[in-house]
Amino acid sequence: MEEPNLSYIHSLSGGDKVFEEKILSVIKLEFPLEKAVYYKNLENKNYMKAAENVHKLKHKISILGLERSYEIAIQYENNLKANNSSLKTEFNTVLQIITNYLNTL
Amino acid sequence: MNCIIIDDETTARIVINQLCSNSAGLTVIDEFSNAIQAIKYLNQNEVDLIFLDIHMPDFTGFDFIQSVKNPPKIILTTSDTNFAIQAFEYDCIVDYLVKPILLPRFEKAIQKAENASLRMNDSLSVDKVETTSGNDLYVNIDRRLIKIDMPSIYLIEAKGDYINVKTEDKNYTVHSTLKKIEEKLPDYLFLKIHRSYIINIKKIIDIEDNSVLIKKDVIPVSRSKRPELMKRLNLL
Repeated sequence: MEEPNLSYIHSLSGGDKVFEEKILSVIKLEFPLEKAVYYKNLENKNYMKAAENVHKLKHKISILGLERSYEIAIQYENNLKANNSSLKTEFNTVLQIITNYLNTL
Repeated sequence: MNCIIIDDETTARIVINQLCSNSAGLTVIDEFSNAIQAIKYLNQNEVDLIFLDIHMPDFTGFDFIQSVKNPPKIILTTSDTNFAIQAFEYDCIVDYLVKPILLPRFEKAIQKAENASLRMNDSLSVDKVETTSGNDLYVNIDRRLIKIDMPSIYLIEAKGDYINVKTEDKNYTVHSTLKKIEEKLPDYLFLKIHRSYIINIKKIIDIEDNSVLIKKDVIPVSRSKRPELMKRLNLL
């Protein structure tokens, strides 16, 4: 499984540390909250709401340079909209990898 | 170009702000987490360009475009690729950026927006509104020059690439811009009170808060234009 990285953030920052710190602090703040809402909707089998949560989370996935995981998120969002939870395990693994990574920052 | 950002995601707004800061000649004057706030802002302020997310709760980017009268140039910023065809049904949309947005692609979109501005400026030099003589204004409609008595005009409104000239007797739709016709109108009679409206101040019936009643039309007054309007009135 690929690992999160800061290549996209660095490509935007051009060395601007203020920007880097700002975006990472927002991700660290919002990601656990969005993840919790997603799990709750998934538990309640509210797949349309869970799809909206995945939609929001997938931008953060892309910001953290997870290209293949982003593709999984796109497909999983479409599955949820079709009331189908295929790729749930793969997507949840991505969320755990990001959680672990953010804890190291 | 002055621009605003409309996106419900904080991270998306931060990214677009950063991309804008790397682009000379682009100034972010405000940002909004929902489209309704942005509509209220645009009722009072003019901007050249909007970065607009499509997928927002309650009120989508397309809802926003349909709600704004004479929207400025818009660059859509979205994680969805499914709306591209729908997007280009709107003349105001100059590009469609898919997140994550990379700097070279962003710069290309800005270039498109700038080119769209240049095309608009070029069209100003084409005489759709012909020279005036005394109180007469000649407008080019279907290859005919039609004379309009200027004092009879009570309202001119922008409609995309056209302007709608309303007179006591008749309305005329002319392929021109407010800026072009504004140059031909006498200052003592006409005033631009909003980015989309020029009014004949002699035809005002009443003014209430940020709007003017003129004939049967209620016209918004931009916050920036209100002092000039008040100055032109014979206030007791």
